[in-house]
Amino acid sequence: MSDTAEKVKKIVVEHLGVEEAKVTSEASFIDDLGADSLDTVELVMAFEEAFGVEIPDDAAEKITTVKDAIDYIEAQKAA
Amino acid sequence: MFGSLTTPRRVVVTGMGIACPLGVGVANVWQRMLASESGIGPINLFDAKDLPARIAGEVPTGPKAEGKLDLNEWIPVKDQKKMDRFIQLAMVAATEAVEDSGWVPESEDDRNATGVMIGSGIGGLPTISENAQLVGAGKARRLSPFFIPSALINLASGHVSIKYGFKGPNHSVVTACATGVHALGDAARLIALGDADVMVAGGTEAAISDIGMAGFCAARALSTGFNDRPQEASRPWDKERDGFVMGEGAGIMVLEELEHAKKRGAKIYAEIIGYGMSGDAYHITAPAENHDGAYRAMKAAFKNSGVTPDQVQYVNAHGTSTPMGDDLELEAVEKMFGEFGKQLAMSSTKSAIGHLLGAAGAVEGVFSILAIRDRVAPPTLNLHEPSRESVIDRVALQPQERPIEVALSNSFGFGGTNASILFRRAP
Repeated sequence: MSDTAEKVKKIVVEHLGVEEAKVTSEASFIDDLGADSLDTVELVMAFEEAFGVEIPDDAAEKITTVKDAIDYIEAQKAA
Repeated sequence: MFGSLTTPRRVVVTGMGIACPLGVGVANVWQRMLASESGIGPINLFDAKDLPARIAGEVPTGPKAEGKLDLNEWIPVKDQKKMDRFIQLAMVAATEAVEDSGWVPESEDDRNATGVMIGSGIGGLPTISENAQLVGAGKARRLSPFFIPSALINLASGHVSIKYGFKGPNHSVVTACATGVHALGDAARLIALGDADVMVAGGTEAAISDIGMAGFCAARALSTGFNDRPQEASRPWDKERDGFVMGEGAGIMVLEELEHAKKRGAKIYAEIIGYGMSGDAYHITAPAENHDGAYRAMKAAFKNSGVTPDQVQYVNAHGTSTPMGDDLELEAVEKMFGEFGKQLAMSSTKSAIGHLLGAAGAVEGVFSILAIRDRVAPPTLNLHEPSRESVIDRVALQPQERPIEVALSNSFGFGGTNASILFRRAP
């Protein structure tokens, strides 16, 4: 697992209060991890803070799974 | 039939919960109160060194088993950040009250007939302050999506309803330091008038924060002369008193229609037999001359209650320990009770826990009911030398056993709002 993936999963575990094992790459924040729309807004803010990236609202709306988040952040860091 | 609590439907109390500076849990708090203990100490919740008032009554931190507060034992960690502390404290007291009542609505009709009315004087002040500082630092985009819903006063009622699935009236009261009594009285009326069969009602407050303390300091309302002797600072009616001591906490009751409670075999603590309100129309913070508003609120509580002043044995006073308010309230109570004043016990439990603002009336309602249950008047701590003599016994320093059947509780708030409520031993 990449550093980014590990850090993303740690943030998800902390913010949603879910078990680490449930936070797979495919897991959807809302459908699988019990988040509501406000939780996802806060998650994206936590990612921004932790990785020093800016995630505009239109991009944030497309981040619905753990993998979406990891991919977006890694693409931003590579850019 | 309107305006009467005894017809057409009678309202009783079937569950109670408390979080206050003497601890968490009704049994534990009451035991400490009757032992004349004080919950006032130096402020730990923030660094108060620059303020003239550096003491308060905080809900003690520690395990539930010791009668203290460990939030993790009450609220999932994930949900805690969605609630300002005033909501968290309400959740703790509401959980105790609901469990104590044994009321678990099984049908949709029962859920629809169960409502919530929890008020607060100020609401999420610490949360508002923190977020205002972020905006001030140019970080407006860093505000949490939970900022607004964690600060809104009616979200205490909202969270309790969500936790238990109570789908009846969901309401909230905001009348400064009269909030608690207004919430109990208004909720009782909803039951009396048929809007609900069961109401979870009370008040909550958590304003021991930099901005909350500084604000009340600016209004010159707080005690500042006892920072080195915090347990002596709240001294209602004593001639050395110099202001109120801030407290935090929540008091919640489960109110229920009498027949509903009987039918399910619920334990009944007391009946709410009277509720009265008035406005001073005088000043934003000072009570009116002769505390006429207090007198009229008490008088209104007796109206339609079926009892008269000679039948009351205990008064839980507003008694905040401010130089002006205490003696004015005493005068109003003397006027209300006349010759029967000499058979009264009247105490201010704020002497032990400080002033819980919007939670005060609800917490003091719980104490009034316990005074009836155990036939004991809780003490007024630190009352060594009254500034004004009276025929009314103010239960100085130690509790007193008394034949208490009916108790009256007063709460008055900034803006000139007054409320009184009458409890009677369970029918």
